[in-house]
Amino acid sequence: MFKGGFINNLPKIYGLYTGGFAIFIILMAIAEQMGMSAKSIGVMFVGFTVLIYALIGYLSRTVQVDAYYVAGRQVPTVFNGMATAADWMSGASFVALAGGVYFGGYTYMAFLVGWTGGYVLVASLLAPYLRKFGCYTVPDFIGTRYGGNLVRACSVFVLFIASFTYVTAQINATGTIASRALGIDFELAVWVGLISILICSMLGGMRAVTWTQVAQYIVLIVAYLLPVFWIGSKVGGNFFPHLMLGDEVARIGDLEQQFGLVKNSAADMASVKDSVKGLKYISGAHSEVPDGGMAVWKYISLAICMMVGTASLPHILMRYFTTPSVKAARKSVAWSLFFIFLLYSSAPMLATLSKLSLIDPNLATGIIGKSISEVQALEWVQRWSEVKQVFIADFNGDGILQLNEFFMRGDIVVLATPEIAGLPFVISGLVFAGGMAAAMSTADGLVLAISNALSHDIYYKIIDPKADTAKRLIVARVLLVLIGAAGAYIASFRLTSILGSVAWAFDFAMSGLFFPLVLGVWWKRATREGAIAGIMAGILSGLAYLLYVYPKFSIAIWGVAHEPWLGIDHLRFGMIGAPVCLVVMVVVSLMTKEPDAATQRMVDETRIPSGKAVLGKQH
Amino acid sequence: MKKNANAYWGKTKNHMIVTLLIWFFFSLVIFMFGSDLNTMSFLGYPLAYYMTAQGSLLAFVVLLFWTANKQEKIDHEHGYNEREEN
Repeated sequence: MFKGGFINNLPKIYGLYTGGFAIFIILMAIAEQMGMSAKSIGVMFVGFTVLIYALIGYLSRTVQVDAYYVAGRQVPTVFNGMATAADWMSGASFVALAGGVYFGGYTYMAFLVGWTGGYVLVASLLAPYLRKFGCYTVPDFIGTRYGGNLVRACSVFVLFIASFTYVTAQINATGTIASRALGIDFELAVWVGLISILICSMLGGMRAVTWTQVAQYIVLIVAYLLPVFWIGSKVGGNFFPHLMLGDEVARIGDLEQQFGLVKNSAADMASVKDSVKGLKYISGAHSEVPDGGMAVWKYISLAICMMVGTASLPHILMRYFTTPSVKAARKSVAWSLFFIFLLYSSAPMLATLSKLSLIDPNLATGIIGKSISEVQALEWVQRWSEVKQVFIADFNGDGILQLNEFFMRGDIVVLATPEIAGLPFVISGLVFAGGMAAAMSTADGLVLAISNALSHDIYYKIIDPKADTAKRLIVARVLLVLIGAAGAYIASFRLTSILGSVAWAFDFAMSGLFFPLVLGVWWKRATREGAIAGIMAGILSGLAYLLYVYPKFSIAIWGVAHEPWLGIDHLRFGMIGAPVCLVVMVVVSLMTKEPDAATQRMVDETRIPSGKAVLGKQH
Repeated sequence: MKKNANAYWGKTKNHMIVTLLIWFFFSLVIFMFGSDLNTMSFLGYPLAYYMTAQGSLLAFVVLLFWTANKQEKIDHEHGYNEREEN
């Protein structure tokens, strides 16, 4: 049945896998009809999929350096696209994106543009050139191009800050989903999540992570799209929601007018403070564009930060080191974005469908404008209220639920919409499995990016260049476990709240890495001293501005909260770091001696697709 | 040889600039005029809403496939295309 090697049979293997997954879903649906409990279905979905990933991780074990670091550079274009999409779409993308659109409307969707537009920068400025270079890690490129241990160490420092900020949020998400699906304590679930993550990556490094990420992508995209299309056809019979929700968007606009978009007073909010922690209510328009230059600037600056950040995140860039050729790396970026687009373009549709089914009084599922006692009797309202994900207030005391009196957590849009729209529980089980896949795949990519940089760039290149293969791979694996455990430790103490947002990871990465990477390829005159000064000035100025502008930090340090400068708040601090990095890097480069002929030749080699890689197959 | 390499890099650079101009238009320029665009409609959606929810995203996907194909052509013209190993 399988002639030729594993790589030649990928379509067949993943075709069978997808078919098997479909059969599993059908079996679960039948089991539900026969009376299997909701809880067991959730356990089955998460347990079964995680076991499959673990199996793939075990089968992909390796003792070769290039297989461990770059999957042997033989991942075909389309499959690398799927793996990158899974690597990219985090637990937060999967669970929180639709909720963000639901509450944030147009303004929030700057994230959608930012998180997709960044791939144009990846494809045209970086990915093909880094692939040609032949590096194992992102600091490996910087260290070799600019030459020297100091610049290598500086880039590892930025990578560590950016990726670690991100990874704790991912491990946190795996813990949250595992605890809900398996019905165990969060503190325990975090460690269960970590073990699942490590099983996928420890034995086979990049090779294992690649093949599990492809499997995880298939699960997460099925889990996201199936409910969207199903709910779409239930609400108003739109079999293809992406093209057909124009009327629904307009209807939401009308209903917003009818109910009125009210901002709750501070006194009202204070009266329910404890019950609505982390919950939101609709106070902004769904599709309207806010007026004014400041609103435009806020949209654009957020999009810029997310785009430039995307193009600097090492766990994404390193995925393009695994393709067989430069050509394949370019195409692979396009495929990645296509697979990401499938989910991202569905999030606003899910938000629209979900919002309409809740606020349209003409629909059976609508709750706004109904009597509060009636709404409180609904099964899903009771269930989610119990776990403090939903809250109902009656500020005006009229006994009728108003738009501003219904509070919920953004995650509900993905996790509970199937239930609200009356879909069978098997779909909710599927959504749990999808969320778990999304969080695990990103966590895997991040943990690997950090531990690879530490093992290859710090240990092998700086501390012990004579280490043999076996020793290098042992160090890599030990670091992988340590980094994962550190992330889980922080997540289990719920310290993640000190890390405000995953957006920070993008800002850190863009502050310290974007220009050193881009100029390394595109500007021959960029020097080692320029790169070192640029990286440090960028990351430190970004960090300093974050401390200044983020209220929690600035109150701790200065005792007062500072007004953001030009609307650049804590989500956008890369707008400070990256320009500082650019200016310092250019000025210092011009002040120092031009790079030597060998370095210039190296850059020339990097720029053309054919010929030998700058760094050899084993280095 | 050196001349060919320079010509190749010149074309590649121009291609990069064109790609980034299109990217700049779809990612930033149109959202500078969000409230004006929103008075128009596409597929029944307000236009700026459509672009941020789906349109620009789709434009990026198309742009990336186009730009990769175009760059491959430039590689061929200058003989820098890679030999297929398999």
